[in-house]
Amino acid sequence: MTRRDWIHGWLLVLPAMALLALFTHLPAVTTVWNSFFSTPRGRRPAVFVGLDNYERLLNDPIFWKVLTNNLWFALGTIPASIALAIAMALFVNQSFLGRGFVRMAYFTPTVLPLIAVANIWLFFYTPGFGLIDQLIGLFGYGQTNLLGSPDTALGAIMVVTVWKEAGFFMIFYLAALQTIPPQLTEAARIEGASSWTIFRRITFPLLMPTTLFVSVNAVINSFRLVDHIFILTGGGPDNASSLLLFYIYETSFRFWDTAYGATLTVVMLVLLCILAIGQFFLFDRKVHYK
Amino acid sequence: MFAKLFKGAAMTAAMAVAGTLPAKATDLQFYFPVAVGGGAAETIEGLTKDYMAMNPGVNIDAVYAGSYQDTITKVITAARGGNAPQLSVALSVDMFTLIDEDLILPFDDFIKTDEDKAWLNSFYPAFMENSQTGGKTYGIPFQRSTPVLYWNKDAFAAAGLDANTPPATWTEMVEMGKTLTKRDANGNVTQWGVRIPTSGFPYWLFQGLTTQNDVILANAEGNKTNFDDPKVIEALEYLVALSKDHGVMEPGIVEWGATPKAFFEGQTAMMWTTTGNLTNVRKNAPFDFGVAMLPANKRRGAPTGGGNFYLFKGTSDEQLSASVDFIKWITAPEQSAKWTMATGYVAPRPATWETDTMKAYAKDFPPVLVARDQLEFAVAELSTYQNQRITRIFNDALAAAITGQKDAATALKEAQAQADAILKPYRMGQ
Repeated sequence: MTRRDWIHGWLLVLPAMALLALFTHLPAVTTVWNSFFSTPRGRRPAVFVGLDNYERLLNDPIFWKVLTNNLWFALGTIPASIALAIAMALFVNQSFLGRGFVRMAYFTPTVLPLIAVANIWLFFYTPGFGLIDQLIGLFGYGQTNLLGSPDTALGAIMVVTVWKEAGFFMIFYLAALQTIPPQLTEAARIEGASSWTIFRRITFPLLMPTTLFVSVNAVINSFRLVDHIFILTGGGPDNASSLLLFYIYETSFRFWDTAYGATLTVVMLVLLCILAIGQFFLFDRKVHYK
Repeated sequence: MFAKLFKGAAMTAAMAVAGTLPAKATDLQFYFPVAVGGGAAETIEGLTKDYMAMNPGVNIDAVYAGSYQDTITKVITAARGGNAPQLSVALSVDMFTLIDEDLILPFDDFIKTDEDKAWLNSFYPAFMENSQTGGKTYGIPFQRSTPVLYWNKDAFAAAGLDANTPPATWTEMVEMGKTLTKRDANGNVTQWGVRIPTSGFPYWLFQGLTTQNDVILANAEGNKTNFDDPKVIEALEYLVALSKDHGVMEPGIVEWGATPKAFFEGQTAMMWTTTGNLTNVRKNAPFDFGVAMLPANKRRGAPTGGGNFYLFKGTSDEQLSASVDFIKWITAPEQSAKWTMATGYVAPRPATWETDTMKAYAKDFPPVLVARDQLEFAVAELSTYQNQRITRIFNDALAAAITGQKDAATALKEAQAQADAILKPYRMGQ
């Protein structure tokens, strides 16, 4: 490669690099830097505190609680929304009357802003006169308080997330399904394979690259989507439904403890990096059907 | 009006370094939150326009900044970026936070004349408790509220109670609540006796209970809390017992936002909520309702709530004195009366209640007077340094006790220990 090509190449990537550095790398480095200082208050400037913030983090029961919540949240939402997305995609990939309408219906939750979705679900969950209570009331059950009880609050939030996410992932699966050559399934059918075998041996393996892409997205979203928590529970009761990012927001912009907020953000960055690296490097090898 | 202009100009002149009359318009930026429904934002914008029409030398940019939480976030962010507004309405309880961030100025610097001093002293003392510290006034009460008890007169009559007698004590509230709680054939509750919402900021209504139990949650310096006082524990046990032992209130965390709706739907016969909902209830309750002071235990009591005007550092004296002049105008009886009628907020000065407008309004709709009369028994809303964090700790403790994860004493002792750890640095002479 000549010297000129080399310069040319760099010039081409420069705009993207500059933006990425300015809005992603620089803030990330600043965050790490800030996590070694105390929070500046009007009368007290920030001072270097070394690893104090990290020590505090290890001893912070709320941090461990939101981290545990986040793991449960990820475990509960990712497989469920992926399974639901595949099921929906398989369904709307067949031809039947009103297919366009069903596809649109499945995709609608994705189009709605999460805040609006949360407000709709808030009505569903409202004890006494919410939709859920009105429905189960017809069968003689008493009122529920799903958001107001620590045992069910996180679960209730997970249901909203799955409902919101599945339609989005379905679009990717639908696109992937349409790229699978139909002669593969036809050949299998001639051999006498059942629908389940076809799915397990042909469709699902061929969907693996999509599954990798979707699962990376789902993992990131499970740490990123907290809008509905503001509306539904505010992280309560007693942090039962608080997630890591929500706690970071509260710490940084409600308590104005920016240094500790930065420390929590570092943890989140590290977690996401590990997950992304793990998924791409380890999982990637088994993804492509050979 | 000429006199007013002249006075404003004279004051500005006195303050201005050059000592000359201002040649160009004074620009002010004013952030305000809206926490209740209805036309609150339009009313504030309308009042601001009226003021500008009367004071051509002043140009006020009124910025609607979202909820209280959004507003304080925006104000602090703007101030840190060197673009603080000149004035803002924000929660009265955020006073210590704003002092700690070194963002606000006391009004005392702008109070020169006896007339101004009289103005400063013309607010209800209950509202000033949250507005002053260390002998200085940092907040001017504006959109202030207090919780009251609303009751469904039809439900009272149907249950065989006197429709015009609300509970006056804790015991009566439980007894009446038991009479009012109705169950269907399956044993499911169709109407609860009482509803004290506990979502979001349960500390506020809970402070009603602690005040009635004759205990104060935090000192006036904002650096010491009393969360584990036996009387606070007793108050929390009472709140928990309402659903656990007496079965008169819905169990679990009770949603704040859905409370008026639950009241309209007949899901509950009594509710505790802010007086700021008064206009809402008046418009939407399909039955005859009453408004009463919160029931008493050792004494009557309620917290105050809502927002104050604050003055921000970082701008010229000229702008600041223009801001003070605007605040004086908007808290004057006529303007304040308009604001109270549009929202249901308690007019913060006795003089407002003496205007013909307010007298006519109160005659037509007497429940507006309940909140005002309750002010005599009201105390400062819980407010400390690092207020958001301290109230969060307290809220978590209340939620843990209400949902049965911890008993009241354990939850509150833990909360007190956490609050102590955070407030300790604020106790050594700053």
